[in-house]
Amino acid sequence: MSNAQQFDTRPAGEHASEIAVESPLAYSMHRSGAPKVKADTRVTLRERAFLGHLTLRGGAIVLDEALRDVLGMSLPGEPLGLVQASFDGPAGECSIQWLSPDEWLLIVPGGEEFDVERRLREALGDAHFAISNVSGGQTLLELKGEAAREVLMKSVAYDVHPRHFPVGKAVTTVFAKASVILRRPSEERWELVVRRSFADYTYRWLLDAGEEFGIGVER
Amino acid sequence: MSQPNRLKTGGRVDRSRQLTFTFNGQRYQGHPGDTLASALLANGVDIVNRSFKYSRPRGIVAAGAEEPNGIVQLGSSEAGQVPNVRATQQALYQNLSARSTNGWPNVQRDLMGLVGKLGGQFMPPGFYYKTFMAPASMWLTYEKYIRKAAGLGRSPTENDADIYDHRHQHCDVLVVGAGPAGLSAALAAGRAGARVILVDEQEEMGGSLLSSRESIDDAPATTWAEKVLKELSALEDVTLMPRTTANGYHDHNFVTLHERCTEHLADIAPHVGGRRQVRSRMHRVRAGQVVLASGAHERPLVYAGNDVPGNMLAGAVSTYIRRYGVVPGNRLVLATSNDDGYRAALDWSEAGREVVAIADARQNPDGELVEQARAKGIRVIAGSAVIEARGDKRVAVAKVAKIDIEGFKVSGPVEELACDTIASSGGFSPVVHLASHTGSRPTWNEELLGFVPSPVKGMTPTGGAHGVYALGKVIADGFKAGSAAGEACGFERQDASLPKVDERREGAAVALYQVPHQKATLRGPKQFVDMQNDVTAAAIELATREGFESIEHVKRYTALGFGTDQGKLGNINGMAIAARCLGRTIPEVGTTVFRPNYTPVSFGAIVGRHCGELFDPERYTAMHQWHVENGAEFEDVGQWKRPWYFPQKRRAENGERLETMHEAVARECSAVREKVGILDASTLGKIDIQGPDAREFLGRVYTNKWAKLAPGRVRYGLMCKDDGMVFDDGTTSCLGENHFLMTTSTGGAATVLEWLEIWHQTEWPELDVYFNSVTDHWATMTVTGPEARKLMAELTDIDLDKDSFKFMDWHEGNVAGVPARVFRISFTGELAYEINVQANYAMHVWKKLFAHGDKYGLTPYGTETMHVLRAEKGFIIAGQDTDGSVTPEDLGMHWAIGYDKPNSWIGKRALTRPDTKRTDRKQMVGLKPKDPSVVLEEGAQVVFDPNHAIPMPMKGHVTSSYYSPTLQSGFALAVVKGGHQKMGETVYLPMVDGQVHEAEIVSPIFLDPKGERQNV
Amino acid sequence: MFYIFCPYCGEHREEEEFHPKGQAHISRPADPEATSDEEWGDYLFFRDNPRGVHHELWVHAVGCRKFFNITRHTVSYEILEVYKMGEQPSITAEHYAAQQGAASADKERNASQAKHQEGVRA
Ligand SMILES: [Zn+2]
Repeated sequence: MSNAQQFDTRPAGEHASEIAVESPLAYSMHRSGAPKVKADTRVTLRERAFLGHLTLRGGAIVLDEALRDVLGMSLPGEPLGLVQASFDGPAGECSIQWLSPDEWLLIVPGGEEFDVERRLREALGDAHFAISNVSGGQTLLELKGEAAREVLMKSVAYDVHPRHFPVGKAVTTVFAKASVILRRPSEERWELVVRRSFADYTYRWLLDAGEEFGIGVER
Repeated sequence: MSQPNRLKTGGRVDRSRQLTFTFNGQRYQGHPGDTLASALLANGVDIVNRSFKYSRPRGIVAAGAEEPNGIVQLGSSEAGQVPNVRATQQALYQNLSARSTNGWPNVQRDLMGLVGKLGGQFMPPGFYYKTFMAPASMWLTYEKYIRKAAGLGRSPTENDADIYDHRHQHCDVLVVGAGPAGLSAALAAGRAGARVILVDEQEEMGGSLLSSRESIDDAPATTWAEKVLKELSALEDVTLMPRTTANGYHDHNFVTLHERCTEHLADIAPHVGGRRQVRSRMHRVRAGQVVLASGAHERPLVYAGNDVPGNMLAGAVSTYIRRYGVVPGNRLVLATSNDDGYRAALDWSEAGREVVAIADARQNPDGELVEQARAKGIRVIAGSAVIEARGDKRVAVAKVAKIDIEGFKVSGPVEELACDTIASSGGFSPVVHLASHTGSRPTWNEELLGFVPSPVKGMTPTGGAHGVYALGKVIADGFKAGSAAGEACGFERQDASLPKVDERREGAAVALYQVPHQKATLRGPKQFVDMQNDVTAAAIELATREGFESIEHVKRYTALGFGTDQGKLGNINGMAIAARCLGRTIPEVGTTVFRPNYTPVSFGAIVGRHCGELFDPERYTAMHQWHVENGAEFEDVGQWKRPWYFPQKRRAENGERLETMHEAVARECSAVREKVGILDASTLGKIDIQGPDAREFLGRVYTNKWAKLAPGRVRYGLMCKDDGMVFDDGTTSCLGENHFLMTTSTGGAATVLEWLEIWHQTEWPELDVYFNSVTDHWATMTVTGPEARKLMAELTDIDLDKDSFKFMDWHEGNVAGVPARVFRISFTGELAYEINVQANYAMHVWKKLFAHGDKYGLTPYGTETMHVLRAEKGFIIAGQDTDGSVTPEDLGMHWAIGYDKPNSWIGKRALTRPDTKRTDRKQMVGLKPKDPSVVLEEGAQVVFDPNHAIPMPMKGHVTSSYYSPTLQSGFALAVVKGGHQKMGETVYLPMVDGQVHEAEIVSPIFLDPKGERQNV
Repeated sequence: MFYIFCPYCGEHREEEEFHPKGQAHISRPADPEATSDEEWGDYLFFRDNPRGVHHELWVHAVGCRKFFNITRHTVSYEILEVYKMGEQPSITAEHYAAQQGAASADKERNASQAKHQEGVRA
């Protein structure tokens, strides 16, 4: 075993549901509000809060094997790859993306991260690897709509043209004056994985940049 | 409405609609399709400005970006003011309001004209410096008036009402310029399937085709342009961007574009659908290939009085007639050195106005256009030039004479021709500005009589931009360039199916950069080379006589090609004149580099939306909203907003007032020392370290030992660079045998992670260890003070007994129902618990602590109190008490150095260098001011002898200084030379105001030196 | 603004994603304690500053966080190659000089063919 200390950061027990939980955008929604989606809205924004985010480090071969054992999915075969799979039935989905030659981001349904980490650790046994739970440290934002790409062009220097950014690609890049992980899980949907402390800046930036397209926030 | 110079038909303006505008307060009419310049010319406005230096009346000269005189201040409201707008590039819109940039009190009657006259016949370069510099102190007085009079445009004094934007673009082929070459290049690349961006600075794409006399496929040239544009707009990956100037060309094919989105519509961008629209936009383009189709600028001829309103470029005259339906005068004299100039005379004559004569500098002009002019009965005077224009506020007479170019003299009698307009053409200069932004100096081409771009990787010049001028050849050249650019990006080569353009027989041009006058240049009437900067041929000659031989020096001495002008009209003539005076060739005097931006860009576009609240990211912790609601004042720590202090309301004479910072900090400090305080410490960097070699790695990057740190324990560590200097510190906890959690300073989070990575990746890749940032995952709250245990006991299931949960232990459990790791570490010197919970639950825990903490006097404190408390304990802040020149020993932290560790940890070797072993190094000490009410200034210099003559030997400086409510005294940390051996000695701190503070060197630990309070 | 090919991500990225980390191939002495003060000083403080070909260490900071090397021309800013940690450059100053020597001979030949015409000196 890896001799690492695993720690479930989610409250458990009968009173767990009474504990208030605040997503990284809680303050932003409170302060900046959330413009409604209107008929002429050309881009929408949605936070998918409280998902389970795990950083996986290690060799591709062992991690791939463990991932297949535990979740029935493989690592992306190429750099900048994003693979999605269903998680225990159609309700849940999970995804794994390449971050670096020895680093991947696994996103699982909220609440599953502790168990997934435990099972991965078991499957990995004595291999050299690391898993860090970063679920509280980042959040997932979704951008959809015909103007989503234009909003991104205002925000990232990275080329988001479909020829260069096909479905199934994911990159870490500079976003305005912060950084994000930018992913394209489907034709019409973009995802931004944003660090908690930069979430408010990113949110305000998106509202400002999306103003001319009548950006709306789905809650 | 009277637009005396507007033709009944022709041009691309919409005569069915009228637009009203004002210029210098006077109302005029124009039409959609006009520029401000064409509308002014249509209305017969001769004077648009006063010149920069001599305050001479000036009129419009050109029809594009190269216009030197028609530079205006735009805007009818204060917030909408835009300086330095070229009238030739500004589309006319309803209620446009513009004023001359120069001219005080106004352009017609100008006070500063007097200065020009006082300056005498000739105001030499350096005039202002030479005349007004003595006494030097008076320059400030003069300058104010000179600048006011000269006028350089002015910024609005109110906030800009508009919004601006950036957009990042990527393409295979960027085509700059949508004239015949650019259109054809875009077509070739677009057809091949490349992602193409075609930009053009004008309102309408087409460039010279929009005013061309020539036919393409037996139809007007504009028909071809329309056809090509139609095909291009149908291609999905071709982006057409009119009103967009490529302003800067940077490394690796990075080009900045300035798109004027609404500047043709109104002063302030109109709202659409109730939403603000972007006024202008900066595009940052990364192009695979750049096709430079920026065309060429016509060179004016340099003759005496060539700046009197009514002197224009020949090509501009054609453009005004053919594109805008405006004939800018009644009687034309054309001066030319080439065939192209003849187009102006032909157009003028076809517009029904009189061409008085053509003065052609060539001995035997014989091209096709020359024949056409002769056929119209226009008088052509061969071997001659306009040597002087006469007129006060408008040209009245052209003096024409035979000239000897080689001998640089007038060789025949002078004939005076009455006229109101003189058009001149001295040939063309390829627009090489962009290419030269990359640092590549243009190359002189003797055949073309012009500079052409030198090779730039990934850039292809085409058409006029590299001296191909004949329309048919331009189209073919553009196509070839576009196809090659596409090919370089991996697309198939395109076979040209070129349109039919009749080839025109053209006579050779002659090089004529300065027209001789009967009088020598220095004594004759002014011949202007650069009208925007008021640089004359005489000024250049004088500069060469005063010893300026390099063209770069001549430029700086005379201001040739300065500022927003960037030498568009004058540079080549200026260089040629310098070459003549120096007896050298043009390439011998060198070429000059043009700099970005090509034309002025508004600050708004440069800033984009990076302004106001989006100027820089503000990073918030999970408890930020609570801090805001509880009245925190915030301090910027890097990009973080951290609570600085929490001022409370106090009773005052007239009701209530807020505490001062001093009062708040004193209250917060006492709460921590006497009861319990709480700090949001979430901003500390946190790095999760896992792997069998994690412990070994820590031993190499920290100065102290890690081999025996057991799970459940925490240790403070110092990090040095390999030069032995401290660069960060923090605690690291052992979570599991192969698992550690490192904390860094708030500012050091990213740097330390990169530091660990560089050592791992470049020096010790064999160590099995991974580092992951978990800074944002955890929220950290420090509960500290004598009552901390009682408060914690109410909320946690962790056993808080001092023997089972010792100082420098960490335990896990629940706090307020949330799983937490709690660390018994102390940055205050008091009993302290650092609670770490997943950030999403942090607000809950924080609020629960307050719900239970009231009875213990729980007090939130900010960074200022944190600083006072830690400094009282002598705890350093890396980056404040250290500056990259302080060793662990200098800090007196010998206990944190493991010299006997088995590895050569980072910094160890350097600590044995003679310099780091010196005993007179600046060492960390405490300073206690003799007067307890004094709070020394941070940064104040320490001296040993206050009576020493100035400059006094400086022996150290204050790094941290505060008032301590606990000590009831000011106190400071300082680094002092040999300080560790000077305990009890008195040092002095001379201040700017002459005061000298006295202080005693003491231990930097002011409170509880044995550390008993934190260990309870 | 450079456009830098990251050998790990396998594509070009904007300069703002990278941090330069100084001269490449500076390796820490294997046994620092065995070095003289002068040798140690050389390792710590002395770096090349060539006009021309230079090997530099960069990190894809906002990206894969991996370090790699760049061979860059310090005058033209052209990036001649990138290579991973542990690899050696294929383009060196000597190699480059030899290449350029051949090219500049061509250029001189072309320049000598420049034509002269009426009014060269204005
Ligand atoms: Zn990379």
